[in-house]
Amino acid sequence: MTLEARHVTFYYKGKKKGPVLDRFSLQVEAGERVGLKAPSGRGKTTLCRLLAGYEQPNQGEILLDGRPLRDCGSVCPVQMIWQHPETALDPLLRLGDTLAETGGLEERLKKALHIEEGWLSRFPSELSGGELQRFCLARALRPEVRFLLCDEISAMLDLVTQAQIWQFLLAEAEERSLGLLVVSHDDSLLARVCTRIVELPFPSWRIF
Amino acid sequence: MKPILDIRHMSVFFTQYDRGLRRRRLPVIRDLTLTVEPGQIVAVVGASGSGKSLLAHAVLGLLPGNSHLEGEILYDGGPLTGSRAAALRGKEISLIPQGVTYLDPYMKVGDQLCRGKKDAKTLERCRAVLERYGLGWDCAGLYPFELSGGMARRILIAAAVLDEPRLIVADEPTPGLDARAAERILGHFRELAQGGAGMLFITHDLELALTVADKVEVFYAGETIEEASAEDFQSPGRLRHPFTKALKRAMPSGAFEPIPGAQPYPGAVTAGCPFAGQCPRCRERCRQEEIPFQNVRGGRVRCLYPEEERR
Repeated sequence: MTLEARHVTFYYKGKKKGPVLDRFSLQVEAGERVGLKAPSGRGKTTLCRLLAGYEQPNQGEILLDGRPLRDCGSVCPVQMIWQHPETALDPLLRLGDTLAETGGLEERLKKALHIEEGWLSRFPSELSGGELQRFCLARALRPEVRFLLCDEISAMLDLVTQAQIWQFLLAEAEERSLGLLVVSHDDSLLARVCTRIVELPFPSWRIF
Repeated sequence: MKPILDIRHMSVFFTQYDRGLRRRRLPVIRDLTLTVEPGQIVAVVGASGSGKSLLAHAVLGLLPGNSHLEGEILYDGGPLTGSRAAALRGKEISLIPQGVTYLDPYMKVGDQLCRGKKDAKTLERCRAVLERYGLGWDCAGLYPFELSGGMARRILIAAAVLDEPRLIVADEPTPGLDARAAERILGHFRELAQGGAGMLFITHDLELALTVADKVEVFYAGETIEEASAEDFQSPGRLRHPFTKALKRAMPSGAFEPIPGAQPYPGAVTAGCPFAGQCPRCRERCRQEEIPFQNVRGGRVRCLYPEEERR
């Protein structure tokens, strides 16, 4: 399987400054781990949002195996894991209820990511950032999922937990032949986990 | 030098309802002793969920209502009570919060920075502080949702240092920033410290912390398990606690090897060392005895069998 951004141009509404991405192309193959690197504000998260289908490009296409992303059935095979897990969960739903919207969690994932049964009756504000991120990761790893977009997923984790999560994710990606797009500012982390590294081009205008 | 922040034997408990009306007291920080001197940057590193953010909130008097604090926090020689903290925070003591959700989503960031004031002097100061962090003035007219992660982070930092505080508590200020921006911000922290401010720098990024910190406190399950100087980390043989060693080994630029297991929940370990479940060198005594915080080789460690120095 291939996830592809083909000549994608995108600008946010109401900003007359120019596109965030300008005719940008990227291909991620199944089983490949691509690192994405750029200074902050360059559009890394925007690219992830486009690839996951949260935004539609103004020009160009996002293709999964040559077909547009929105034709992919009920569960999108491209899942994004967000930089700030506390904003990625509904603050008014208990974690168990959030989970009920997408179906349960596999026991195997619960065990590997140290997710406690007791969390399910808690609200997101009651857990630490690292705990929420592990929950979000487990939620994203449904069997249908083929591509994971990891937007700074381990920036709020301590080094031991970061190493645990990445070793788990690498094994999982290997076994299920997942394609990963890894956004991080940590060069040594990218060098560790990625098979290749892409840098976002400098836009034709300055963002900030 | 007289410390600006002096925390002595502080413990924080949460009161929770377990089942029905049965209450229990969860210890989330236990017996914490820590000092910050003017001009000093003290890094606090450690496991996620080990109470690092709670430490920040305790200093600012922002703990939630169901919490209970024991021990003493002294600021500038006097006890830092709730009302004193409320009077000082935002002025002499400031927090750089962890989440970008601390910004008001309905208010332009410029107005949040100036705190509603519109006089020329305030505007000029805001402009200067934005510039210092590489953000243009046009940024001030944006709402928080229009900012990228790194930009929001820099706004939070700008807001915290605007009034030139004497004590800065930075709760994870660097995730989302690229290496250059992070370095710039750390350089600025150093400047503030040289100007006499004390700083508590809470972070996961050990590599980054070591570049600026004078002293490193390592947290695990609500306890400080080691106090070390930044130099101790340069040669792993000098570190004292097995968890600190594990942190060092898990660095992506190092071996990138995790240790099995997870940090125990608050209240799960009632006796002995909280790290016992993950410790490769745990012995029977570790699970039973109270572990003292002892001086070893110029630092302090909470371990019955601290690592020998190897060269």
